[in-house]
Amino acid sequence: MSTVSMTVNGEAVCGKVESRTLLVQFLRENLGLTGTHVGCDTSQCGACVIHVNGKSVKSCTMLAIQADGADVTTIEGLANEAGLHPMQQAFMDNHGLQCGFCTPGMVMSALDIVNRSGHELDESTVRKELEGNICRCTGYHNIVKAVQAGAKAMGGS
Amino acid sequence: MNENGIGASVRRKEDQRFLIGKGNYTDDINVAGQTHAVFVRSPHAHAEIKGIDCSDALAAPGVVAVLTGDDLAADGIGPLICGVTVTSDDGEPHRAPAHPALAQGKVNYVGDHVAIVIAETRAQARDAAELVDVDYNVLPAVVDTSSAADSGQPQIHEVAPDNVCYNWPFGDKDGVEAAFAGAHKVSKLDLVNNRMVTNPMEPRAALGEYNPGTDEITLHLTTQNPHVHRLVLSAFNQLAPEHKLRVVGPDVGGGFGAKIFVYAEELVVGWACRKIKRPVKWNGDRSEAFLADAHGRDHVSTAEMAMDENGKFLAMRVQTQANLGAYLSTFSTMVPSYLYAFLLAGQYSTPLIYSEVKAVFTNTAPVDACRGAGRPEATYLVERLVDICAADMGLDPAEIRRRNFIPVDAFPYQTPVVQCYDSGDYPAALDKAMELADYSGFSARAEEAKSRGKLRGIGLSSYVEACGIAPSAAVGQLGAGVGLWESAQVRFNPTGNVQVFTGTHSHGQGHETTFAQLVCDQLGVPIENIEVIHGDTAKTQFGMGTYGSRSLAVGGVAIARACDKLIAKGKKIAAHALEAAEGDIEFADGNFSVAGTDKAMNIAEVAFTAYVPHSYPEGVEPGFDENAFFDPTNFSFPAGTHICEVEVDPDTGVVEVVKYSAVDDFGKLINPMIVEGQVHGGIAHGVGQALLEGCSYDSEGQLITASYMDYAMPRADNLPCFDIDYAPTNPPDNPLGVKGCGEAGAIGAPPAVINAISNALGVRHIDMPATPETVWRAAQQAAAVSS
Repeated sequence: MSTVSMTVNGEAVCGKVESRTLLVQFLRENLGLTGTHVGCDTSQCGACVIHVNGKSVKSCTMLAIQADGADVTTIEGLANEAGLHPMQQAFMDNHGLQCGFCTPGMVMSALDIVNRSGHELDESTVRKELEGNICRCTGYHNIVKAVQAGAKAMGGS
Repeated sequence: MNENGIGASVRRKEDQRFLIGKGNYTDDINVAGQTHAVFVRSPHAHAEIKGIDCSDALAAPGVVAVLTGDDLAADGIGPLICGVTVTSDDGEPHRAPAHPALAQGKVNYVGDHVAIVIAETRAQARDAAELVDVDYNVLPAVVDTSSAADSGQPQIHEVAPDNVCYNWPFGDKDGVEAAFAGAHKVSKLDLVNNRMVTNPMEPRAALGEYNPGTDEITLHLTTQNPHVHRLVLSAFNQLAPEHKLRVVGPDVGGGFGAKIFVYAEELVVGWACRKIKRPVKWNGDRSEAFLADAHGRDHVSTAEMAMDENGKFLAMRVQTQANLGAYLSTFSTMVPSYLYAFLLAGQYSTPLIYSEVKAVFTNTAPVDACRGAGRPEATYLVERLVDICAADMGLDPAEIRRRNFIPVDAFPYQTPVVQCYDSGDYPAALDKAMELADYSGFSARAEEAKSRGKLRGIGLSSYVEACGIAPSAAVGQLGAGVGLWESAQVRFNPTGNVQVFTGTHSHGQGHETTFAQLVCDQLGVPIENIEVIHGDTAKTQFGMGTYGSRSLAVGGVAIARACDKLIAKGKKIAAHALEAAEGDIEFADGNFSVAGTDKAMNIAEVAFTAYVPHSYPEGVEPGFDENAFFDPTNFSFPAGTHICEVEVDPDTGVVEVVKYSAVDDFGKLINPMIVEGQVHGGIAHGVGQALLEGCSYDSEGQLITASYMDYAMPRADNLPCFDIDYAPTNPPDNPLGVKGCGEAGAIGAPPAVINAISNALGVRHIDMPATPETVWRAAQQAAAVSS
């Protein structure tokens, strides 16, 4: 067992893990942050997307010990006392979720798209960029609209 | 209109918890003392088990128990059952081989359950599962649907000679033969309905706890129907008496049919937690979902239509071979029979229909309902055949449909295949869809595409489906082992807020919002004061769950009926309080008032009075809490026309869906935003089947599409935005005037897409999934023929 320390959603955390423990397992099982989901075992579905040092990462594809010292943000770290993050609000307003299982990964990927591509996102960019996140419920139509609206709201326009 | 009532696109109440990472899915739940289970699965499609040596696994670190089929049999648990009887052509019930939850002497598909390994951690259980030594004698496997019943094939089950589960002829064979003999033209098509893996995004999971103090088992399951699970596990699998078994379906990450069924893992986890006297948790991974979730579709068919000289349909004849996999899943037998052949009339007035369905066993995962269940298979066959008919008669696909539509004034319409359609205006939906799709502008768009070297095609699909399943008496006559009513309880608390308990289950459909809108509308209670509760047999009185687009059409009516009872009781209470005759009390917008006066009290005050009945009408029970059961008098028949437009790159075979238009009849919409989302998702599922998804086994029965690397799920960049509109009619059989909407897209889309691709390529037919390779080959062939 190894000890890992990192910052998760602004709080310093540490824990003991096996060297094979995945980051997503550490978050879910050690920290009880069950908002990050596991939908596949081949790094395809994107339900486990979080941010590590400001970049989106599939947390099923990274060992917990690789995140030692990192700054991690999960879906639980977005909303605050003032309410939902603009991207979360956009998913609600645009009915961008149904069963909710892919949603945390979708939202975290959406934020990464905004970080890289800005606040004015066309449909084709959003669709291409979401290629690593699978949703079975929505047909993506409303997710695409949510990401565009969330991006715009984050830009303050 | 009530701003949060019927017809309002209210934002979903359930979204808050999902968006902040506070959903409560089965794998999110952990209990003290919990152990972790991993299943040992067969690596072979067909093999005898000569022995199982668990000694190394038992000695591995952290292992608590390793249990096999012998242990299960010794405790008298199981086998798994199929709940619907289909009578075969010899007058006998369908052949029903034993389906042990852990293999007893033989395995019949890759992924079949051999043993459960339980350890302190999941990693330890996984390590130890590798150490279970199973001695297999591998047997030749049967895989292919069309040849499974041929002579000389290996036999899977002794009770099912030639691997046949049933032969099910249905309809007027002689009448059909005569009509074909006298027909002006007969159109014929061979087609395959490709096998799908249902793939809800949350893998299946189970958490079992046994309380020795109460002798009760609590099972948290990824289920679409907790009460059905409890009933089957109790009555047929001997897990525990019904009153000593609690089944909870917490937040469930999508179902689409795959989480209806009672699975081996669920029964085994429930049994094991009592046996080892510790909680047991199993969380399947995606590979296991591919191997052992029930799959969908998998038909091989021949369809023929006899027509007169005007292209009017005289008779239809269908021969289908349906693959049910290695064992019978919970509702598998009804999918290629009742849910399929009863829909073969489609939207047309074809007077004579005859079908023969042969259901076969193979060494593949069990096949059962997948979004649409039988109706997508029927619709694909009918709507592809109709396009072939149009081509053979030299008619536009829209025109041949129009000539054969059931006329608007013929509803309710008794088809020759059992169903009596409730309401419909098929020409209206077609017209509106053609307008939405700019059908008349297609040729110009095709010309423009041609100038860029692309082939454009347009395809129609005019579907009807039967959902809202269904009158209990009807399904009972058909051999179902359950009734299909729904129940509801609407409870006011003394402080005036409302808890609505429904026997349906929401796993993405938004019931917490839609049902709250129903109650808000009917009782005039602010929507924020209404909570919808579902998914726990200890909380809701009873229910048949959610599948077959039944929740609103059946469960919603039960809620409305319970509200009716509250209003009736409230009138008595208000009459007493307002010193008026009960007959003079009117109820509107949440207020009980005395007609013609300004005397009134609101429903919250009535509720308080009912719980604090200091001054109360004689003979009226205290409390403000009513329940209702609703058994529908008919199925619900949503219908519509979908139009798909594609652009094909003949050099690569890549198909782009450039425009998709859908006009549906779902009756009255409660929450248009949610309905539209259901349609989007259904279309994506159908486009996935048409273009991308093909579950494939090799000749030895190894699943070669067992991950998202190999099985192509629709992704955001495979799909366009969809244009959605409605052409509603008023179904007379449904008290709310609603129809189901959850499966329509998956039913309507596949033939629209394939009709469009066939149109683009100028070919008679192309099988699903129309992958780039398939399309490229078809394009090459078409080019060779035309040059």
